[in-house]
Amino acid sequence: MSDAILTLEHVDVGFDTDDGTVSAVSDVSLSVAAGEIFGLVGESGCGKTTLAMATMGLLPVSATVSGSVRFLGRELVGLPPEDLRRLRGDRISMVFQDPMTSLDPAFPIGEQIAETITAHRDVQRSHARDRALALLADVGIPEPERRYGDAPHRLSGGMRQRVVIATALANEPALMLADEPTTALDVTIQSQILDLLRDLRQRLRTTIVLITHDLGVIAQLCDRVGVMYAGQLVEIATVSEIFRAPRHPYTQALLAALPTQHQEPGSLRVIPGRVPNLIAPPPGCRFASRCPHVMDVCTIVPPLAHESADHLIACWLSEATREAGRPTGAATGGAA
Amino acid sequence: MSGQVMVFEEVAPVHPGGPILQVTGLVKHFSTDRGLFGGGAKLHAVDGVDLEIFPGEVLAVVGESGSGKSTLARCILRLIDPTAGRIVFDGQDVLALKGRRLAGFRQQVQPVFQDPFSSIDPRWRVGTSVAEALDAFAIGTKAERRARVLDLLDRVGLDPSLAGRRPHELSGGQRQRVGIAAALAPSPRLIVADEPVSALDVSVQAQVLNLLADLQRDLRLAILFVAHDLAVVEHISHRVAVMYLGKIVETGPTDAVFRDPRHPYTKALLEAIPRPDPDRRMEGSALHGEIPSPIAPPSGCRFRTRCPVAIGRCVTEEPEMTAFGVGHTAACHVARAEQQQDDHHRP
Repeated sequence: MSDAILTLEHVDVGFDTDDGTVSAVSDVSLSVAAGEIFGLVGESGCGKTTLAMATMGLLPVSATVSGSVRFLGRELVGLPPEDLRRLRGDRISMVFQDPMTSLDPAFPIGEQIAETITAHRDVQRSHARDRALALLADVGIPEPERRYGDAPHRLSGGMRQRVVIATALANEPALMLADEPTTALDVTIQSQILDLLRDLRQRLRTTIVLITHDLGVIAQLCDRVGVMYAGQLVEIATVSEIFRAPRHPYTQALLAALPTQHQEPGSLRVIPGRVPNLIAPPPGCRFASRCPHVMDVCTIVPPLAHESADHLIACWLSEATREAGRPTGAATGGAA
Repeated sequence: MSGQVMVFEEVAPVHPGGPILQVTGLVKHFSTDRGLFGGGAKLHAVDGVDLEIFPGEVLAVVGESGSGKSTLARCILRLIDPTAGRIVFDGQDVLALKGRRLAGFRQQVQPVFQDPFSSIDPRWRVGTSVAEALDAFAIGTKAERRARVLDLLDRVGLDPSLAGRRPHELSGGQRQRVGIAAALAPSPRLIVADEPVSALDVSVQAQVLNLLADLQRDLRLAILFVAHDLAVVEHISHRVAVMYLGKIVETGPTDAVFRDPRHPYTKALLEAIPRPDPDRRMEGSALHGEIPSPIAPPSGCRFRTRCPVAIGRCVTEEPEMTAFGVGHTAACHVARAEQQQDDHHRP
């Protein structure tokens, strides 16, 4: 995609542990277009958060990242920590599940936003203050003037998450990574925050990568979605495609496991077996041991390939994968 | 007033045997810490709740944080003492139970928590945890207890060989199964499950929901299912009670409440569910503002400060429960007025 803002190619992330190296992310390639909301979905341990942290250069020293992460044309893998720090909070920002991860409990919320601005921009404090006030209003904090001096604990969880989003927007980032931003919130508050994100994208054209386990949130907010399983990216498609015609057996199983009123209690579809140990994962497709369609070829990693212009799948059942996996084309599929 | 409104009693009993659990006028207030200069306040966690559960029924209690749903569950389990009200289980006044009779109640009413570690000891082997209630209530001989534990593990879909493992060796879903097996051990008649699947991944959640549904059907268990996830509730429960700031605002058969919600809060809650269906995107959130503090709940109807249809009367007068169908009631002045108008215009 020509207007890609973020491009990941063959990204691997390993964590060194006493028991060996955990292959948390394996050969992930994807790209995010300017102005889109891209969802990354999967269950615990699938590597979605690790992938986001790798993008931000926020992984601990025990992690080894290889492959390429290009942001606005610039390679981030191997960039000196100081350069990465300059990018964060400026061109790329992040919103976490727990707002208190990002907020200093002892520091007025307005000043936290203003400080994010002055840390990256050479502006007068009064200018930063005005901008912080405007941002608070932007994210729906009532009476920003009065709230500016409040410590975070005086705010509800929903209001705190609004402040975090305001901070993330402070320097008009090109990309915002939001990791489970509504998971800790009540459902009526969650719907307000989803509204806010939708509105910000509309008004500011902020590109958002949304990481979540919640397929409902994906369906409500995202344009495209990547599905991860045990460190591998198994499918990428538009949101309507994923929900209408999921192609990867894992995506299909995940959607079928969602409770609905139509199914008799007791008859939800389950996925037999367990996620493989990522210290010595089996070769090939990591879903193979639980897959109803498993074949001999599944011990070879299926390349992520285009089934159609905007639907990619990494499964040997797919003609596109088989085509891309021919011995001559040994390299795995390119970015979406 | 038309004869259709305002009646609890008019609802035909679905279970001629009567409810297994009946809660009437339950109140639980907590005192907040008193500062140096006084000023301790009362937190109205549960403020006058009536509910009934019939044998073999799943009743879901739903609500957001601060609704009082977990406090209600803890009162029913007698983990905390309510400030006022009555709890009757199988004809016995639960709050008056002592000694052996209380032990008998604890045997018949078992908890399942969100975090299985609240009920199973992380240091104990799985088998020991499952056997705990059997040991505590001295049920059966040692050999019988052992056989029962292996049976129970099998019943909840765990390999009996796991009896010798410790919880940290198990996955989250397996641990929740151990919690359920431990709850089933003394053959309870009522399970009080507080967010039993909210910490689980979707695929594991499906397994545990299936298990609960099977057990409920096979053992004719009654389950009080406390949850915030409405999709889960819609799937598993027969009846639902919606709580807001310490009160039940609507209750009824799950189908009726989900298809035809009458209370504006229930409507907003249902609209806010992020449906896994991109063709059904919600346009703007129905509800503004946040739940007021349970220390100073609003006068009249507690929902009025966020209600899109509130009228003057909602400030001054607390709405009573009104019947909208068989077993379907809601406490809302506006919904009630609409209902009366409909009745009036009916030929």
